[in-house]
Amino acid sequence: MTNLGRRRSVNRLMNGLAGTAAVLVILPLVVIFGFLLYQGSTAVNLDFFTHLPKPVGEVGGGMANAIVGTMILIALAAGAGLPLGILGGVYLAESRDRRLPWVVRFLADVLNGVPSIVIGIFAYTLLVLPFRRFSALAGGLALGIIVIPIALRTTEEIVRLVPLSLREAGLALGIPQWKVVLRIVLPTARAGIITGAMVAIARVAGETAPLLFTAFGNRFWHQGLDQPIAALPLQIFAYAIAPYEDWHRQAWAGALVLIVMVFVVSLFARLATGGLARQSR
Amino acid sequence: MAEGIQVIRLNAWFDTRHVLRDIHLRAPANGVTALIGPSGCGKSTFVRCINRMHEIVPNARVTGQVLLNGEDLYRPAVDPVVVRRRIGMVFQKPNPFPTMSVFDNVAAGLRLGGMRDRALLTEAVERALRQAALWDEVKDDLGKSGASLSGGQQQRLCIARAAAVQPEVLLMDEPCSALDPIATAKIEELILELKKDLTVIIVTHNMQQAGRVSEWTGFFLLGELVEFGVTRELFTNPRDKRTEDYITGRFG
Repeated sequence: MTNLGRRRSVNRLMNGLAGTAAVLVILPLVVIFGFLLYQGSTAVNLDFFTHLPKPVGEVGGGMANAIVGTMILIALAAGAGLPLGILGGVYLAESRDRRLPWVVRFLADVLNGVPSIVIGIFAYTLLVLPFRRFSALAGGLALGIIVIPIALRTTEEIVRLVPLSLREAGLALGIPQWKVVLRIVLPTARAGIITGAMVAIARVAGETAPLLFTAFGNRFWHQGLDQPIAALPLQIFAYAIAPYEDWHRQAWAGALVLIVMVFVVSLFARLATGGLARQSR
Repeated sequence: MAEGIQVIRLNAWFDTRHVLRDIHLRAPANGVTALIGPSGCGKSTFVRCINRMHEIVPNARVTGQVLLNGEDLYRPAVDPVVVRRRIGMVFQKPNPFPTMSVFDNVAAGLRLGGMRDRALLTEAVERALRQAALWDEVKDDLGKSGASLSGGQQQRLCIARAAAVQPEVLLMDEPCSALDPIATAKIEELILELKKDLTVIIVTHNMQQAGRVSEWTGFFLLGELVEFGVTRELFTNPRDKRTEDYITGRFG
């Protein structure tokens, strides 16, 4: 049967193509990670995590201030963006109104598409110009604004996944709607909401552009939220374009640390999602 | 004063679709009233009007009166939350709260209604589980997830959950359609127990089931209550030709 033979070979070909495409998808990540390991691992040592940058000309030192700074900025961004995004997402999913959620959803998608440097300019105008000072707060605000639409839409999607039958079961027991949402719907969606929050965090951890003229960067330890603050992406940028060999190595190391941080957050997000999948089965 | 549920000139819509037309019906207290009819005839919508669940669907509308022990549940001053506390509901598909244990599922209505006393809760949960004939099967592990029970057990858990708040009426919307015959028999036994304490209204596609558990039966067709009467008479001596066609299987 030549027909069957032909079908088999076409099947093999398409399977091969699809498999190759699947491998190619992860290839860039593997190459980037391998390259970072190769270039950066020599500069990653204990000093890198515990010491401040050395002045120009001196070899050694680390980026401890930038690592701490990035964590502080992430905490500020989470504090500013997650409550708004998550509560808003719950509203979008639960509201029986049609017009306002439609408008909010549309504008959130627009906000999600706004280039991050524009959001940086906004934070600059709002918090840097009036106080005549770059600050951690301005950087946190810029990142927080980026967090909002991501947290909003993922929360909405997840809360929508909670079956209508559970809401009806709660309402039919004579439980007021707000309690049904708070005590029945949200606990059911909890793992997914946490995942969405972590995805949003991972996304802003590596943002550079909005920090350029808000957090600005700092060669010293964190000095207060109203002062410029170091951040890993900024430090990588500054060191990568500097003319010193040692700084280049440190920039690679910084990039490696940053990608590992994002990787760890994503991994936690994935593990939490696994929990959700088990529940819904 | 009329005991039980009395429905007067009830009409219901989804958007502009008129799904229930001028329904009059009386379901006496401490009895079982069965509602039969083909799919899409409005039986489910009808029971959802009784505990004011119909109105949670966007653009759904109701007119008419539903009296519980003579008191109109659609008066403007009546809070639907309070209505639903007095009129419990069991759905077609078992829907225990997946994040809660067996105990928490049964306690949910009381707890979220504000009861904090641990001893009272424990007592109420045991009573409800016994009422739902589930106690012996779960008493050794009340902490396990409600979702881990079998389908029939889950449905009895949902009955226990509804019974725990001690409603005056229990609405059952095809409670056995997702269950096997053994689980179905258990639920039917249960209905006969439950009616000692409350009024039961059950929607069913199974005419034998209506015959076994109910004293009164109503036949719905295309949004109208075609015939309502004592179950035995409706099945043996229907007054309306359409009822006769339906129960003898000559329908359509």
